[in-house]
Formats: sequence, structure tokens, C-alpha cells
Amino acid sequence: MQELGKVEQASVRVTPDGENRIVIEKDLSSEEMILNMGPQHPSTHGVLRLECRTDGEVVIEAEPYLGYLHRCFEKHAEMTDYPGIVPYVDRMDYLAAMNSDFAYAIAVEKLLDIEIPRRVEFLRVIVAELNRIASHLVAIGTYAIDLGAFTPFLFCFRDREHIMSLLEWTSGARMLYNYILIGGVAYDFPRGFVERTAEFVNYFRPKAVELQKLLTENEIFVKRTRGIGMMPADVAINYGWSGPMLRGSGVEWDLRRVDGYSIYPELDFRVCVPDGRFSDIGDSLSRHLVRAMEMEESLNIIEQCLDRMPSPEGFDPRAAIPKRIRPREGEVYGRAENPRGELGFYIQSDGKSTKPVRCKARSSCFVNLSAMKELSQGQLIPDLVAIIGSIDIVLGEVDR
Amino acid sequence: MSAGALLPNSFPFVMSTSLNAWSDALSGFNPAGLPLGLVIIAAIPLVFIALYALTYGVYGERKISAFMQDRLGPMEVGKWGILQTLADILKLLQKEDIVNKDADKFLFVIGPGVLFVGSFLAFAVLPFGPAFIGADLNVGLFYAIGIVALEVVGILAAGWGSNNKWALYGAIRSVAQIVSYEIPAAIAILCGAMMAGTLSMQQITMLQQGEYGFVHYFLFQNPIAWLPFLIYFIASLAETNRAPFDIPEAESELVAGYFTEYTGMKFAVIFLAEYGSMFMVSAIISVVFLGGWASPLPNIGSVALNDWTSGPVWGAFWIVMKGFFFIFIQMWLRWTLPRLRVDQLMYLCWKVLTPFAFLAFVLTAVWEIYVK
Repeated sequence: MQELGKVEQASVRVTPDGENRIVIEKDLSSEEMILNMGPQHPSTHGVLRLECRTDGEVVIEAEPYLGYLHRCFEKHAEMTDYPGIVPYVDRMDYLAAMNSDFAYAIAVEKLLDIEIPRRVEFLRVIVAELNRIASHLVAIGTYAIDLGAFTPFLFCFRDREHIMSLLEWTSGARMLYNYILIGGVAYDFPRGFVERTAEFVNYFRPKAVELQKLLTENEIFVKRTRGIGMMPADVAINYGWSGPMLRGSGVEWDLRRVDGYSIYPELDFRVCVPDGRFSDIGDSLSRHLVRAMEMEESLNIIEQCLDRMPSPEGFDPRAAIPKRIRPREGEVYGRAENPRGELGFYIQSDGKSTKPVRCKARSSCFVNLSAMKELSQGQLIPDLVAIIGSIDIVLGEVDR
Repeated sequence: MSAGALLPNSFPFVMSTSLNAWSDALSGFNPAGLPLGLVIIAAIPLVFIALYALTYGVYGERKISAFMQDRLGPMEVGKWGILQTLADILKLLQKEDIVNKDADKFLFVIGPGVLFVGSFLAFAVLPFGPAFIGADLNVGLFYAIGIVALEVVGILAAGWGSNNKWALYGAIRSVAQIVSYEIPAAIAILCGAMMAGTLSMQQITMLQQGEYGFVHYFLFQNPIAWLPFLIYFIASLAETNRAPFDIPEAESELVAGYFTEYTGMKFAVIFLAEYGSMFMVSAIISVVFLGGWASPLPNIGSVALNDWTSGPVWGAFWIVMKGFFFIFIQMWLRWTLPRLRVDQLMYLCWKVLTPFAFLAFVLTAVWEIYVK
């Protein structure tokens, strides 16, 4: 049992405005309890385990324990030739397999110095942005469920289903596509795909507004997320955050803009950061807002790509795919903007083998999750759930 | 049945007279000095409501949520899945009844029982018609509020006896929540009692009956009655652990709250109790503010809608319909709103609902004494 009177303050919640502030001036601390949240828990989004030291409802400290979904990606990659790694990459971030493939392809292509056909770039960007919407829909839907709203979750999955069908049509798989290959893509778009995608964009715009009305503008939702899990920009940068998490803290950092890979420099899109009118910058609500805004931007990108796509005549999606991939000696780090942040692949080649000597994946949500201990201090259990949800982890990528 | 039964408006009367005679006969059934007949009468609505609450409450919830969410809901068992609940009950009956090793067996077993008893004892004072009430207590309303609060004991027993940290959290939250929300709920109900001048649920209902139908309801008899009505409805959501106040069983936080460790029939009993109390609070609010079994239709000249739609069978119909209506609103809210946090819940109770309940109490008193 803990000595009485040892802890000065039981819980301090630091928020800029007074609305959600709870400051317990008197020592109300009681006996601490170790609470294992996960790996079997509805709101740890897979098999994350948090060991929480709790004092009543207040979480004094939460320590994440990882590795329940470790599948030896890096070791597998060392024993597999370059094209054979792609399916393993799919299985890392299973909610955004296209984007993961994209990052991996960028890394290997950098090592190979090959020219990619222009239409392939368009195909890649369209499928990646579609998958980004699908991934954000899952993130927003599960976040709603974490906060007790069930209906937005099903609305999200209903809309995601259309994206799944589109991607299944073009790649043959619903989640783990193996579509973006090194130097090309597996297939050209089927006939009618462009029209269907345009139809989806038109279908989805009002649905996004509906989702906003149902969830984002909901008073209870705002009360549950505003000012919760504050992360100042400097601390976020120190932790190495990226993606919507970093942008939620107000840093305009988007690899599509910063690196300008593929055809992104030609496209007109906004790097979404919260303006601080609706949320406190750096809180869970900001991160949610960034995801919601990014879906809109992805729709814009898709529309632009559909307009500008080169004609499919005489196009072979596999034309630039090397017959045998044996890169030059050297090392390379290729990265791309995933729905969850910066996914990077560090690849080392000895110049002789068709397999990488080392393939290290820089996982976005692993890095984002590393701030969990700091974010969770002194929060209530419901807020802890809200914070985990706002990080939007995919354990397949965290553990690899 | 006579030829008069063919007329549209006589059917309920025939039913009701025979029902009244039958119920009078049953009330007089006292073998060996024991009022067994009264026990049976009290048991009829209980059994009826229990069946209905389980099958149609659960089925209705699943269908309503499905339609709100662009789904079909249960479709496989029977036409439109109407027998789905029956199939679920059969499944739950077959399930192994697990009492985990470290549980406090006595509390673990007694928890769902207390919960069930607390939820269903209140039906004894619920008037289903002018002559159709289990026990017309002169403190019926007080009894109903008090006995529903017995659920707290069951929840605490279940949560503590499970020897599970999540269950304990759920139980503690639940007790804090229900005990807190009793206060605004009770004060709001007191406003209704003040307007009636009695605590007997039967008399409260009778006072709201009249030829102008819904105009006689307490909700429309007093310009501030909507305030206690609203307060009681919100508090009743919290008392029955319904969204947005379902924090004791918040599945994304506490796995399943106080019934995390329950399986099989014990789980079904907890579930049944939950739907039972859902109907109970809906019935209380309809009795106090919306006239219970009194028909809402007014008599318009010779078109005596109110007379035609009054009587024991119609009475049961009206109160069940009013209960259904509030259950539907509860479901609607549940599938729309996110969940409040524990401290926000307490804030709402102590700093919003309770002061306004007091205000409503004072205003009702002023209205009753000086204006009316």
C-alpha cells in the first residue's frame, strides 16, 4: 500500500482553457492498482497491451507493451528477393496496404534508379489516395466506437466498402493488394474504373458532411476529445511524430509536399492543419479533424488525377518492371506519406545478391505510439481510451 | 360472443367486462386465507412484460439500430428475423455456466438475481388499466422508485463478486451514477406527485383521465411540467445505464463493465433485467406525466373517441404503447450519441439536473398552491 500523503496532487489535467480542467487540490490518492489493458481489449485496436498504474479512475502511468503481433518482417525481408517482399509489406499496415507498397516501391526504385512510366504514377497515386480515405474511415469509425458512438462506425464501414470494391476490381484483393510493384503496377485499371471512381467521389462528398454532422459536431464528442491528450508541437517533433498526429499539433509537415515524390508536386492540395478555432491545437480532436479534412483533400487529389491521367493506349503497366532485381551496392532510405505518418524503408544492398542485406521499416504508428507514456500521465481511463484512439495505431505495423 | 362484438367499438367493452369479472373473481380467490389470487394477478403483467421485454425489446433494438445504420438487422430466424431473440435465448440456455475460480461464488450468483428482482418487483404497482394492477399501494410511486434502486445492490454484488478489475470499475461507476441520479429523478417525480396529491399510481393515472384526452395529462396541465418531465427522462437514462450514460458497461473502456464475467443464463438474466427496467422507467414517466393507461384521444362532440378507446384492454394498450415510445427514444439516443465521461456525467447530475429539479419543484409548488 502506498504511504498516505505522499502524492501531492492526485491528478492534474493541463488544458489551455478551463473547460476540461480537473485539478484536485487535496490529496485524494488511494491505493494503486495495476490494470492490464489488453492485449484482449476492445479499444486497444488489436493486440496492444497497456500496463496502467491506476488510482481509482485516474491512470498514473501507462506503459505500452508490444510484440504480440510480431511477424519478423525484417528477417523475412533479408531472406526474400526484392519483389517477394511486397506481400509482406502489405501485411504490415493492413489498413493501408497500397500506401505501404508505395513506400517500399519508392525505396527500391531509388536504389535501382529506374524511370517510372507516367501513367503508372497516376495509377499509384489514385489507389494510394483511395486507400488513404479507406484507412481514415476506419480510424474515424473506430474512434467513434471508442467514445461510445456506434452508428458512425457503421456509416464509415459502409462507405469504405465502396473503396474496397474498387480496389478489389483493379487488384483482385480486398485488403492486401500486392498491386504496386517495383517499377510499375500489377494491372492497368479495368475498363470503366475511372468513371466508377469519379462516381464514388461524388457519392462520398455528402457522406463526409453527414459524418461531420453526426460525429465531429456532436457536443458530447467535442467534450470528450477537446483538450484531451495535448501534445505541443516541439514535443511531438522530438518524439518523431509524423502524419496526422504531427499535423494535429499544428506542424505543416506532409511528405507529399516536403519530399514531393511521384506526381504530388503537380497536384493542388492542402496540407491540413487545425486552425485552432474548433479544437485546441495538439489535442485528440485536432488529430481527428486532420483526418477528416484529409479525406476531403484525398478526394480532390483523386479528381485531379482522374482528369489528367495519360491515355491508356499502348500502355503496359509492367513495362518498367526489371526482370531481375539486383541493385547496385549501397543503401537507401525511401519514405512516403502513409495515412498514419511517415513510413520509410531503409534498404542495404551488397550489389551481388537479389535479396537485401538489411531492410528496416520505419513504422509510423510505432513512433507515434512511443509518446503514449507521456500522453497518458494523469488521465482518466475514458480519456486514455480517447487518446489511444486518436493515435490510430495498426498493430500490424507497430510490431511488424 | 354476442352479435354486438361485430361492431368496431364494442369489442373492447365485451373484453373488458369479462376481464373485470374475471379479475374480480381471481382477486377473491383466497384458499386457506392466503390471497393467492392477488399474487397471480400481480404475476400476469410481470410474466407478460418479461416475455415482451426480452423478445420484442431486444428484437426492436436490433432492428431499430439496424435501420438507423443502413443495415438489415436480424433476417435469418423466422420472417424478418422475428424469432432471433428466441434463438438467442436457446443459445444462452445451452451455454456453459461458468463461475470463475477466484470469484466470490455467493455474490456472483446472487448478483443477477437481485438485479432481476429489483427490476421486476416494480411492475407490481404499475397500473395497466382501471382494474388491472398488481397492488394498488398508496405509496406506489415511492415503492417503484425505491425498488428500482435495489438494482444497485445487484450490480455491486455482480461487480465485486466477479473478482475482475473491469467488473469492479463498472460496478463502482454504476453505483455512483445510479445513486446520484436518483436525486434529480426523485425530485422530478415528486413534482408529478405534488400535482396529483397522491403517491398511488392508480390514482395519479385516474386524475389524468378525462373526456379531453391528452389535455388532462399532467404534462399539459402545468406550464412548467415539461421541466421535471425532461429531467426525469434524462435521469432515467442514467438510472438504467443507457447511452449516453452507459459508462458502467462502456464496452470500449471497461470491456463489458460489471457483467464482464457472466455467461449463459446469468448473462441473459442481467440483460432481461436491463430491458425490464428500461420499460419500468418508461412506464413511470408515462404514468406520472402522460396519463398511464388513460387514452390520449379526446371526445369530439358525438365522436366519442376517448370513450371508445378506454377500458382495461385499451388501458394496457396505451400504457404499453407509451412505454414503447420512450423505449424507442432511448434506443434512438443510444445509437446516435457518444458516451459521456465519468466526471461529465456527475457534473450533469449535480450541477445541472439537481438544481433545475429543485427549481421545478418550487415552481410546481407555487403553481399548485397559488395559481391553480
